[in-house]
This record gives sequence, structure tokens and C-alpha cells, in this order.
Amino acid sequence: MEIFWLLGIPLTGGIFLALWGCRKHAPEINALFSLATLLAAALLTHRIIDQGPMMVGAGWFFIDSFNVFLVALTAFVAFTTSLFSRPYMRIEEEHGRLNDKRLRLYHSSYQIFIGAMLLALTTNNMGILWVAMEAATLATVLLVSLYRTPASLEAAWKYFILCGVGIALALFGTILLYFAAEKVLGSGGTALLWTHLNGVKAQLEPTVLSLAFVFLLVGYGTKVGLAPLHSWLPDAHAEGPTPVSAVLSGLLLNVALYAVMRSKVLVDGALGNHMAGNLMMGFGLFSVVLAAFLIKRQTDVKRMFAYSSIEHMGLITFAFGMGGAVANFAALLHMTMHSLTKSAIFFAVGHATQKAGTQLMSGIRGLIQTNPTLGWGLMLGTVAILGVPPFGVFASEFLIITTAMHEHPWATPFLLLALGVAFASIFGKVQPMVFGETELPKLPYQPALAPVFLHLGLVLMLGLFIPPYLADWYRQAAHLLGG
Amino acid sequence: MTLTYHLQIVNLLAALLLLISFAMLSQRRIAGLITLFAWQGAALAASTALIAWSTNQHHLYYSAALTLVLKVIAMPWYFFRIVRKLDVDRDVEPMINIPTTMLIGIVLVIFAFNLALPISELSGTVTRSTLGIALACVLLAFLMMITRSKAIPQVIGFLAMENGLFFAATSATYGMPLVVELGVALDVLVGVFVLGIFFFQIRETFDSLDLKHMEKLKEK
Amino acid sequence: MSVGILLQLAQSLLAILLAPLLMGWVNQCHAWLQGRSAPPITQPYRTLKKLFHKDAVIAHHASPLFRFAPYMIFACMALAAGIVPTIANDLPFSPAADVIALVGIFALARVFLALAAMDIGTAFGSLGARREMLVSFLAEPALLMVFFTASLISQSTELPIIVQTMAHSKFAIYPSLAFAAVAFWMISVAENARIPVDNPSTHLELTMIHEAMILEYSARHLALIEWAVALKLFTYSALGIALFVPWGIAAQGDVAAIPLALLAMVAKLLIGGAVLAFLETISAKVRLFRAPEFLGTAFLLAVLGMLIHFLLEV
Repeated sequence: MEIFWLLGIPLTGGIFLALWGCRKHAPEINALFSLATLLAAALLTHRIIDQGPMMVGAGWFFIDSFNVFLVALTAFVAFTTSLFSRPYMRIEEEHGRLNDKRLRLYHSSYQIFIGAMLLALTTNNMGILWVAMEAATLATVLLVSLYRTPASLEAAWKYFILCGVGIALALFGTILLYFAAEKVLGSGGTALLWTHLNGVKAQLEPTVLSLAFVFLLVGYGTKVGLAPLHSWLPDAHAEGPTPVSAVLSGLLLNVALYAVMRSKVLVDGALGNHMAGNLMMGFGLFSVVLAAFLIKRQTDVKRMFAYSSIEHMGLITFAFGMGGAVANFAALLHMTMHSLTKSAIFFAVGHATQKAGTQLMSGIRGLIQTNPTLGWGLMLGTVAILGVPPFGVFASEFLIITTAMHEHPWATPFLLLALGVAFASIFGKVQPMVFGETELPKLPYQPALAPVFLHLGLVLMLGLFIPPYLADWYRQAAHLLGG
Repeated sequence: MTLTYHLQIVNLLAALLLLISFAMLSQRRIAGLITLFAWQGAALAASTALIAWSTNQHHLYYSAALTLVLKVIAMPWYFFRIVRKLDVDRDVEPMINIPTTMLIGIVLVIFAFNLALPISELSGTVTRSTLGIALACVLLAFLMMITRSKAIPQVIGFLAMENGLFFAATSATYGMPLVVELGVALDVLVGVFVLGIFFFQIRETFDSLDLKHMEKLKEK
Repeated sequence: MSVGILLQLAQSLLAILLAPLLMGWVNQCHAWLQGRSAPPITQPYRTLKKLFHKDAVIAHHASPLFRFAPYMIFACMALAAGIVPTIANDLPFSPAADVIALVGIFALARVFLALAAMDIGTAFGSLGARREMLVSFLAEPALLMVFFTASLISQSTELPIIVQTMAHSKFAIYPSLAFAAVAFWMISVAENARIPVDNPSTHLELTMIHEAMILEYSARHLALIEWAVALKLFTYSALGIALFVPWGIAAQGDVAAIPLALLAMVAKLLIGGAVLAFLETISAKVRLFRAPEFLGTAFLLAVLGMLIHFLLEV
């Protein structure tokens, strides 16, 4: 029942805001829809915790501990981002960068995007998963080019084409999966249902599944931002409006990785060896190292944090690739931490760039002086994402690295080096932004910093103490993923 | 090997698909590209209908009809409208010269045939040998996307890739479940729509659809 | 046996004598399609007769090769035209009709023509020779690929066996042959110096390939070369018919089917000539630098045909 609300509310929101998204109170209505979605997600989560995994709608939807926490996370971050986007978009409109039509497009695409992601997370059908991922991409293409500058058009085009090619490869992987499934489950809609596939995964043809996984990994991996298919990510995050960067970084990357992981569970069962895990480790490690070294050269603050997203997603992929109870647990924890922290950073950065009028780091200085809350928000967020204790990111990174040292010691130097380089580069660039000298005036309006501190607070709390039901939850999900 | 006649015609249509993919590689004019894309859709619809008839899989009739409406009528019409409005029908010089592109194309075809061989052997359909051709069409469309620097040929390459994938699904598994195919068709339709809007935006900002203008965001 | 020899002689003579008629028919179709009134179909014969009566004018420093070449070229073409099965299959000379050998014969004729063109040392001669070699260098591999495709289907490179397999086995659609047919048309256009590769009636320096090579020839030499050109066109047409539409060619020893075969051949040549003229009329000549692209496409199609054969028809 909750599923119906969960998916129906964003969809209705999208249609509603397409018509009235430029009115005075549109941002508030957007936030209201997101709040309603969050409530539905909370109800769903509660039911799953009580009753365990369930299938809804004659097998069309399947919720277990793995995707319900992602659903909750998605709805939560979507809500806080909609809160952030209220004043942010109003100011953008004042600055003349947006008009009525674009605001309508923004608000309705936002809701449809959330709806598509939730559909991808809750569907049981691998084919519908693909459809939803593609729909999510399409919903955001026009958002990236919202400002209509040459750079944003280029970013949106690259995003569309690269992710389009990636998703086409993922479609081929899905076809191969169906091909293998048909032999065992017979043709018809049930052959693509994940639960059914999970039941017969040992009987699926290994050659076909390994080929399918390669395509699925490369295809969905493009959307996760794994190197070398990542080149759309920095552009899309830098050129789109900040709320869009926040949800792309915080949510879409997670959902794409979710798709990869569902496939990995099937492939591991069919192959019985570590091919899938090894591939993921390779891509993940490569992404971490490449991103870390590219951060140094960035001059645009949003691009820099986009590369940081690539690095973290690479780390999570590496951890999932390692497999096992601890690594999976750490990866799931890291997914949560990264979403919350990265979106918080983008909120702070959004206001900072709005204030300074530029995205170049050389143009932003002395945030502490003019706006102490903003400055502290950015500083704390940066420190959190860099893995400094007691924030939660430290806990998950620690677990990942110790597992790596235990099982794959050859990778540890690379990881440590990359993390170190990233730390030095990002910290070195953010410090002058927060603490330097500046002549810019104080912000004339009150920035929406409540979401920033809310997120950071959660990350801090989870770094210090994970409530037992949450830990249990993660452990269940980790076990599902092959731990 | 003596197949039934309709399956021989399916083979012929598959060969035609491959030929059209190559023709798209060497085609210079955008209007020609759109026409070739429409022909590709027609061949695809015809072969799907034939397979539906010879193997009694009724859901394939719906797929064929969907392909016909979308890819032979609706999308080419839409593209022609865009081309007229944007006035971009000029000669397109590809980035690598055409004979070299063709040679690379042949290498890709051989690669695709080899890749498809193990999967074909596992398939239970009568049309399994055309899987290699489907893969080759996908790779050739991908090559076309890479070697073109104008927006519309890249998009047509993308759609041709999707055609190839559809054919792969039909030849290896008698098509995906109908609901998935409907979803895919919907996505493609929305995608093309979004692209249309996008083209106008690009045109407004850059005054041309040459993608060379859009290479400023390189790695600094 | 003697029936075989008689048939062979008849077929060869028929080929040699009918070739100029085919040329005349193509020219007539051309004129019809272009809305002109055409010269009579027997015009080429009259041209040949006229040329044979004239006195040959030869440059001072022409080597013996120059005089010898037209005879050599004519001999090659006549041999080729004689052994390709047009009416009956598997005649005494037929074992010589191996497709690779045929390619070799064409190459031999071409070499002599090019050498003779360069012999006098005029600019046009070298020009024509170089261009001809450019076109043929690309056309020959393509032609070989086309033949290989047909050979793979019939498991032999001997033309009689190919004809036998195609004409007398169960009807089946071979996509690979469809590709090979298109490639073959493109190659024959290039090799026979027709539009869109070369214009047979032009004498402009910018555009001529074949004509440039024979500019220095006159009288009987020119007559032999013109005849050889007609024979080449005939041979290519006969090859095309034998490979792709061989029904009607009489099987070995089947004398009763000869009249039908004769009719079939005439009908096919008429249609083929008309189609050639039609295609020539609707195309424009491509720039010389696009000729490699044209032939590259032909090569590509032939290779594709072969690959499709391996994929779909094995």
C-alpha cells in the first residue's frame, strides 16, 4: 500500500508542478510533496523492519533490507534538498538566471526524478529497473542545462550522450540476462523478476551471465561515475544548479550502484568465482586513484567536489567488490554517509557561490568573516567528507581499509595514497575559501543552512554511535549481498 | 542448410540491416541519414513481424507495430521537422575519412560475429544466427556516434544502436517481455523529445549544431 | 565429345561476334533514356569495319610492344569471353574457366594496355595508365572477394561448378550473394570504364581514364581494342549472369535445352544492358578522388557478403 503512495506522490507532484511550478509558493509545494514522499517512505521502512522483506503487487515490487534503507535515504535527502532549494532558487530567480518556464521545468523534473529513482529502487523487474534508470537520466538532462550557458549545454549534451551509450550497454546486459533466465524460468514477464532469478541463480548459464555482468557493470557503472567512463560527472555537477548537483551526487550515483549490486548477487550465484568482485575492485580502485590525482588541478569548487564524489563512489565499489560481511557493511554505511555529507557540502557551496557570484575557488574567500554559519558549515562538511573522526565517513573508510589490508594487501598503498592526496588537495583549497581575507559583504538574506547542519549532525551521530536496529539492518543487507 | 522460406527472408532482412548500418557510416547528408534510419526501422519491423508469424509468438506483432509507428513514421517525421526548422542540412565531413571508417567497421563486424558465436550456440530460437548481425549493428552505430561531430548524426547513431539492441533481443530471445519493451519504447520516445528541445537550446546558444563548439569543458 | 567441341566453338564464336551488339544495345538504351534518337544497333559493327579499312598511323619511336599490345588484349578478352558459360555448361574448355584464372586474364590485358599507353611517352598516355592502375588496384581485390563468396557457397572456384550448383540446386535466398551482386555491379562499372567511374565518351583531360590510354591508336589496332572493350563488357555481363542468375544455362550434355538457353541468354543480356544504361543515366560521374571510396565500398560489400555467408549460411 505504501508503495502506491511512495511512487504516486512524486508523479502527481511532477504533473502538478509542471502546470503551476512558477507560482509564488511553488518551492513550498515542492517541499511539501517531498515531505509527503518522506512520510510514505518512513511508513514503508517501519513495515519492513517489523515484518521483514515483502513483495507487493503480484511480484512487481520487492522491498528488502537492502533497498528499503536506500529508499529512506533517497526520500530524506530529496526532502532536505527541496528545503534548500527554496531560498536558493528564489535568489537565482532574482539574479535573473531563471524565468517562469525554467522554474516550472525545474520543479516538475525534480519530482519526476525522485519518482523515477524510487521506482528503480523498489521494482522487482530488472527490465523496469533499466527503464526507470533511463527515465531518471532523462529527467535530469534538461535540468543540467537549466541556465542555458554554453558550458551548461555542453555538460548536458555530454551527460546525455555518455549516459545514453552506457545505458544502451546496460540494456544489452539486461537482454543477455533475460536470455539466460528464459532457459530456466521460461519466457514471459516472470523471467526478469529479481526474486525469481535469485532463486535459480545457480542454474543460470555462466558464460552468458559473465558477459551480461560485464555489460551491466560498464553500462550502469557509467552512471555511477566509475573511471574511465566518468567524464560526464564533473561537467554535469559543475554546470547544473546546486540542488541538482546535490541530488545527482547524493542519490543517483547510489541508485546506479544499487543496480550493479543486484546484478552482482545473481552473477556471483551463477559463476561461483570472484570475477564480478574482481572487476568491481579494479574499476573502483582505478576511480579512486584517478579522481584523487585530478582533484589537485581543479579551480571550480563544484567540479572539485564532483571529483570527490567519483573518488568515494570508487571506494564504495571497491568495498562491494571485496565482498564479505565487513566490507559490505562498510560499503553500505559509506553510501549513507557520503550521500548525507556530500549533499550538505553542496548546500553550503551553493550559498557560497551565490554570494561570491562565481564558482571559481579563487573568487571565494573569508566565508567565516562574512557568514560564520556558512563558513563553519562548509568547513565541517569538508572535514567530514575527508574522513576525519568522529564523523561517520571515518568509520566506514577505516573498515574498508582494514578489510583491504586483511584480504587484498596489494591495494592498500594505492587507497591510502589516493585518500591522502585527496585530503591534502581538498583541504588546501577549502581553507582559504573559509578563512581568507575578503571584502565581500554579508549575505543580505538568511541562507538555508538548517539542512546542512541536519545532515552533518546525522553523520556525526552515526560516526559516534550506530543505533542497534540500524546496525542490524546494515548487517542484514550485507548478508543479502553475499557476506 | 535449408531453412523455411520466411526464415530465409529474415536472414535477408538482417543482411539488409547490416548494409544500412554501413550506409549510415558513409552517408554525408543529414536528410539521407534520417531516411536510412527510417528504412532500418522498416526492415526491423518487417523481420519482427515475420518471426512472429513463423513462430507464433503473438506479442511480437505488437512489438513490430510499435516499431513501425515509432521508428518509421513518428521519429523520422520529427527529425525532418527539426532539420527544416533548424536549417542544418549541409554536407557533414566526418572526423576520420570514410574509407578508413569503413575498414574499422569491417573489423568491428568480425569482432561482433565472434563475440556472438558462443551465445548463439546456447540460444533456442531459430533466428539465433542473426545475433551476430545485431551486435555488429550496435557496434557500427557506436562507431558512427564517435566519428561524427554534429549533434543530429550522433543522436541518430544512438537510436540506431537501440535498433540493433532491439534486433538482438528479438533474435536471441524472441523479444523481451512486452511490458519491458513498452517501457523502453517510452523512454526512447521521451528521450527523442528531450533531445528536440535540446537541439533548439544548442542552436540558440551556438548558432549551429556543430559539436566542435562544445569542447571547451576539457580537463584543465 | 564432338558435340561438346562443336558447342564450345559455337559458344565462343557467338560471344566474340555478339559483343559489339551488346555495346550497341546499351548505347541505344542510353539514347532512349536521354530522349535522343539512337544510332542503329549495328553501329559498332560499322565502326569496326570502318576502322579495319583505314591505314594505321604509328609514332616513330613506338616499340614493338605498341603494335603487339592490341592483339594481345584482344586475344585475352576473346579467350575470357569464350570460356565463360553463357549457353551451355561444362564444355571442353570449361576447366580453364577458373574464376581466379579469369581475374588473371583480365590483369594481363590490363598490364599490356597500360604499358602500351606509356610506350609513346605522351602525357595523356601516362595519365590514363596511372588512373587506370589506381582504379584496378582497388577493383581487383574486390572482384576476388565477390568470386570467393560465390565459391564458398558452391565449394569450388571453377565457374562451371559454380553455375552447376546455383542453377540446379534447390532455390534458396542467399543474402551473401545479394551483397556480392551489388559489389559486382560496382566493380564491373569501374573495370569497364562506365559512369559513375569513367565516362566512355569523354575526351577531357580532367575526366578520362580509359580513353586516355588508347588515344594514340588508330585503324586496325583501335578496332581490336574497341572490340576488346566490347568483349570485356560482354564477359562481365556473362559472369554476372553466371554467378547470380544462372537459371537457363543448359546443363552438361543437355543439348535439347540449348535453344531455351540461347533465348534465356539473349533476354538476360537485353535486360542487363537496359539496367546498365538506366543506372548510368541516373548517376553522375564521381570525382576521380572519390573513385577509391566507390571501390572501397565495393570491396567492403564483398567482404561483408563473405562474412554473412559464414554467419548465416554455414
